[in-house]
Amino acid sequence: MKFSEQWLREWVNPALSSDELIAQITLAGLEVDDVESAAGEFSGVIVGEIVSAQQHPNADKLRVCQVSDGATEIQVVCGAPNARVGIKVAFATVGAVLPGNFKIKKAKLRQEESFGMLCSAAELEISDENEGIMELATDAPVGTDVREYLNLNDKIIDVDLTPNRGDCLSIAGLAREVGVLNSLDVTAPEHPELAPQVEDVFPVRVSAPEHCPRFLGRVLNNIDITQSSPLWLQEKLRRCDLRSIDPVVDVTNYILLEMGQPMHAYDLDKVNGSIIVRMASQGESLTLLDGQKVELTNETLVIADNEGVLGMAGIMGGADTGVGEGTHNVFLEAAFFNPISIAGKARSYGLHTDASHRFERGVDYDLQRKAIDRATMLLQSIVGGEAGPIVEQASAEHLPSLTQVTLRKARLESLLAYKIPDQKVLDILTRLGLTLVSSDDHGWTFTAPSWRFDIAIEADLVEEVARVYGYNNLPSTNPVATMEIPSKPEIERPLSVLRRHMVSCGYQEAITYSMVEPGLLAKFDDQNKPVELVNPISADMAVMRTSLWPGLVKALQHNQNRQQSRVRLFETGQRFIPSKQGLQQQDVFAGLIYGSRHPESWHGKTEQVDYFDAKGDLESLLEISGQSFSFEAAEHLALHPGQSAAVQLADKIIGYIGAMHPGLVKDLGLDGPVFMFEVDLASISMGMLPAYETLSKFPEMRRDLAIVLDQKTSVAKVTQDIESSAGEWLKSVRLFDVYQGQGIENGQKSLALGLTWQHPERTLTDDEVNQWVEQVVEHLSQHAGASLRG
Amino acid sequence: MDHLKQLVTDGLNAVAQAADEAALDHVRVQYLGKKGELTQQLKSLGKLSAQERPAAGAKINEAKQQVQDAITVKRTMMAANALSKQLAVESIDVTLPGRGQDFGGLHPVTMTIERIQNFFAQIGFSVAQGPEIEDDYHNFEALNIPAHHPARAMHDTFYFGDGTLLRTHTSGVQVRTMEKQQPPIRIICPGRVYRCDSDQTHSPMFHQIEGLLVDDNISFADLKGILHNFLNVFFERDLQVRFRPSYFPFTEPSIEVDIGYQGEDGEQKWLEVLGCGMVHPKVFEHSGIDTEKYTGFAFGMGVERLAMLRYGVKDLRMFFENDLRFLAQFS
Repeated sequence: MKFSEQWLREWVNPALSSDELIAQITLAGLEVDDVESAAGEFSGVIVGEIVSAQQHPNADKLRVCQVSDGATEIQVVCGAPNARVGIKVAFATVGAVLPGNFKIKKAKLRQEESFGMLCSAAELEISDENEGIMELATDAPVGTDVREYLNLNDKIIDVDLTPNRGDCLSIAGLAREVGVLNSLDVTAPEHPELAPQVEDVFPVRVSAPEHCPRFLGRVLNNIDITQSSPLWLQEKLRRCDLRSIDPVVDVTNYILLEMGQPMHAYDLDKVNGSIIVRMASQGESLTLLDGQKVELTNETLVIADNEGVLGMAGIMGGADTGVGEGTHNVFLEAAFFNPISIAGKARSYGLHTDASHRFERGVDYDLQRKAIDRATMLLQSIVGGEAGPIVEQASAEHLPSLTQVTLRKARLESLLAYKIPDQKVLDILTRLGLTLVSSDDHGWTFTAPSWRFDIAIEADLVEEVARVYGYNNLPSTNPVATMEIPSKPEIERPLSVLRRHMVSCGYQEAITYSMVEPGLLAKFDDQNKPVELVNPISADMAVMRTSLWPGLVKALQHNQNRQQSRVRLFETGQRFIPSKQGLQQQDVFAGLIYGSRHPESWHGKTEQVDYFDAKGDLESLLEISGQSFSFEAAEHLALHPGQSAAVQLADKIIGYIGAMHPGLVKDLGLDGPVFMFEVDLASISMGMLPAYETLSKFPEMRRDLAIVLDQKTSVAKVTQDIESSAGEWLKSVRLFDVYQGQGIENGQKSLALGLTWQHPERTLTDDEVNQWVEQVVEHLSQHAGASLRG
Repeated sequence: MDHLKQLVTDGLNAVAQAADEAALDHVRVQYLGKKGELTQQLKSLGKLSAQERPAAGAKINEAKQQVQDAITVKRTMMAANALSKQLAVESIDVTLPGRGQDFGGLHPVTMTIERIQNFFAQIGFSVAQGPEIEDDYHNFEALNIPAHHPARAMHDTFYFGDGTLLRTHTSGVQVRTMEKQQPPIRIICPGRVYRCDSDQTHSPMFHQIEGLLVDDNISFADLKGILHNFLNVFFERDLQVRFRPSYFPFTEPSIEVDIGYQGEDGEQKWLEVLGCGMVHPKVFEHSGIDTEKYTGFAFGMGVERLAMLRYGVKDLRMFFENDLRFLAQFS
C-alpha cells in the first residue's frame, strides 16, 4: 500500500524524521518497500494566472502569454495547447530551478522575449501527466509557492504489508501502529453522526448472512456530479496511487484509504426494486466496472437487484449500475463481508482489487456506520444532495465474536528469555486496541479489537509485545541442549562422497530443472507416462522428468552451442515415476560424457571418448559401494542398440549405460557420440562391511590363455565359464588383450586371459594347475565354442 | 729404486690419460694386475736380504697404493661425469602440464548446501528429506495455511491434476519429521522447491534449507543467537544483523533476518537473507506435540540467494543453465 506521509502525520506526528519513521515501521513489521517524493526537487515555481494569450507572430505552435504573479504581469512564451486566458498555472519564474537542476533563465523564442516557463505535471515530477501545462484550481492563490500550495514536501511511502495485517491497510490503521510505537495518542478527524435530511430509503435484503453479516446502505438524492473533487482530495488520492475519477468514486476511495472500509456507490436510478445480497447462480453473467464480462459460479457472493447481478460483493461493482455522468441519485454501500467468503474469489476470476485485498484480510466489522456517515458528509460538501437514513441489515449470529485471550507472564518471559516490565506490556497491548478484561499475578486477559483478525491465542499476544518492544531489543543466546549421540551405519556411502568421486573423474556437477518438455522426454523414455503440471510455467517445462538424461542433454546442447569440445556432466536428483503403487520419487545419479578422452594437451592427440570411458567412470563410482554390480547387454530407447547395457545388482536392474542412439543424436542436432548413464542412488549408496580373510603365505600360480571364439560371445560369459571350471582355488581372472584382425578369422576374436590360483595352506603343484587349465579349455570349447589360439 | 719411481710416474700419467672406463681398467691391469708392472716388482724382493726386504716391500706397496688411489679418484670422477651427463640429457621442462584428467567441480548450490549442512551438523542437527511432489496437507494445511488463506497467493504453486503439488518450500519436512518423532528434534532439510514464477530474480525451481529445533525451553533468544552465529560463520565476517517482524502462518513470532552493508552511496543498507520464527502452536497441534511442554523455532533460507551473495553471482538463472564456463568458476 502506498500512502502519503503527511496524511499520516495529520493523524499522529511523532518527532521523527521521514527516514527514522520509515525505519521504525519497518522494524515493527510494516516493511517499507519504496519511498518517493511527492514531487521532484524544484524551487521558484509559483501559482500564476494567464491574463492574456496571443498567437506568436513567428511560430504557429507558440503563444505569447502575459502571466500574473499577483504583483506584475510577466511575458512568457508557451507551447502548450491548453495555455489560455483565465487558468491558474505552475509558473517557473526566472531563477527557478526545476528537477534535474534545470535553471530557468530569460530567453528569446523566435524573437519574442520569455521570462519563465509554464510547467506540466511531468516537468515538476508530480505525475507522468505530460499533456499540456498543469491547470491548478480556479481558486488557487496567485503568487503562492506551488510547493506550499500543493503541499508537495511529502513522501509517498510504499509499505508491503503481510497478509495478517489487514488492519494497517488504511491511514487510520497505520496511525494507530505509529501511535503504539511512539506511545502517542492518535487524532482521528472529527465526524459527528449525520442526521438524515430526507426519509427516502431503498430496501435491502441479505439472503446470505453467513457471508455478509452486516450491510449498510443509504440513499443520497439530487447530487451534482459535475462538481470536481477538491485539490486536497485529489492530491491525497494521487499520493496513495489512486486517480481522481469523479467526486463519488473519489470519496468512496478516500474512505477506503482513510478508514480501510471499501465502499461502493450505485446509480440508484438504474437499480431495480431492491438490493439483494445473495450467492450467484451458476453461469450468471456480469459486466464489471472495468468492462470485463465474467461468468459467475455459485460460490460467488453478489450484490443483486430484482432483475440481476449488480456486482461481485467485496470485489468489484458492475458497469451497468456504476456512477457516472448523468447520475443524480446514488445508493451508498458499506458492508462487512466474511473474509473466508471473499478469500481467493477475486483470484479465481483473475482479479485483484483494493476492496478484495482488504475484505479477504478482514475489515473492521464495527466500522461501517462511521464510514458511511463520513462518506456522506464528505460527499455532500462537494456534490450537495440530501441523505436518507441508514438502512442496516446485520446478523449478530454471523458477526465475528470478540475473542478473549490470556497472556501468562511466565510464558511471555520464558519464550523471550527476557522480562518486559508489566506496565510496558499493558501499554503496548492497550494502545493496540486490546481491552483488558481481568488480571492477576499470573497474567492478563484481553479482548481483541474488532479490526484484529489475527489475534486469537496467547502466541499472538507474545508476538505483538515482542514486535512492538523490538526484536532487536531482545536478548540473543545460544541454546543449551542435551547432547545427542548420533548413529550412522558404516556401510552408508554419503552422497557427498559419490559426488566428489565424479569430480575427481573430471565431471562437473549440473543442476537441471525437474520439469521438462514432454516431447523431449518421450525421446528418452517411452515406458513411463510422466506426471503433468496443471499450470506449467511454459510448454517446455510441462511434465516431471522420468529421467535425468533430457536435462543433461539440454545442458550438453547449451555447451556445444558455446564451442565446448569436451563435456563431462553429472547430476543427482529425483525422477518421478508413476506406478501402480503410486508415484515413485526416486533419487538417481546420472552422468554424460562427450568429446575428447583427456583434456587437450601436449601429450599427443587424445582420442574421443567411447563406451568404455563412461563405463570405467561408472564402475569406479560403483566400486565405492563395493557390492558386485554386473553389466548386461540391454536395449534402451535412447541408446545405441549395440552399445548399451543394463546395470544390475543381484539380478535387479538399477540403471542403464550406453552410447546415445545415433538417430537421437542427429534428431537433437547434437555433435556426437555421447555416452551416458543413470543409476538408482539408493542401490549404490549402500556398501559392504569389510571382512578380514587370512593372507595366504603360499605362492600364486599364474597361467595365461589365448583363446579364439565368436566375436559375439561376451567376455562376461567367458569369465563365468572360467570361474565355474577352474577349480576351487582360482583367485582371479584378468583379461589383458582383445584382438581382431590379421590372423584371426572374420567374425572371431581372440582373448588373452591371465588366470591366477592360490591355496591358503599349501603350495600348489604344476600338475594340479595344468589340470585345471585343461578343464577350463575343455569347458570353454564346449560351452563357449572357444579354441586355444595356435 | 729409481725404476720404481719411474713406474709410479708412468702409472700416474697413464691414469691421467685414460679417457674412459675401459682405458682406466687397462691401466689398472697394466700396473696393478697379477702380472702388472708394479706387482712384478714384488718378485724382485727375493733378491734382497731379509733385513732389506720389509722396507723395500713397503716402498713397492706404497707405490701400488699411489697408483690405486689415482685410479679410484679417476673412476669416481668418471662416474660423476657420466651421471651429470645423463642428468643433463634427462632434464625436462617441469612447468609442462601433467598428464591425466582435469578436475571437475561441484555445483555452487551443492557447495553452499554442504557448507550450511556442515555448520548445523556440528551443532547436532541431522539431515531430513521429504518428497518434492507433496500433498496439500503437508505443504499448506498442517503449516496453518488453510485453503484460501491469503498467504497461498504468495506461493504461486504448481499443481497436478490429483490435488498434489510441487512443494513451495521445504517446511513440509518439519511436519513429516514431527509426525514421526517426539522432541528433542534438531533437523535441517535441504532440497529443491518450486514456484510458478520466472525472471531475473525468480526461478521456477530453486533450493531451500529448512531448519527446525524443538526442545524444552527453547526461546526467541536462542533463535536469534543461532542464526546470527550462522550468518557470521557463513559469510566469515562479523555481520550487522537485524531481526524484522514478518509473517509466516507456521511461525509466531515470525521474523525476517536482514544483513547490513554499506551501499555505494555510503548509506547503511539492509538485505533480507532468511525467514524464521517460533513454531506456531497450531503446527505443533497438527503434529501431536505438546505446546505446553515444548517450544521450538524454524528457519528457512534460499540457497541460491546465499550463494549469490557469497560468490557475487548476479543472475539467478545462471545456476540452471549449466554453462561449463560458469560452473568451472566454482571448482
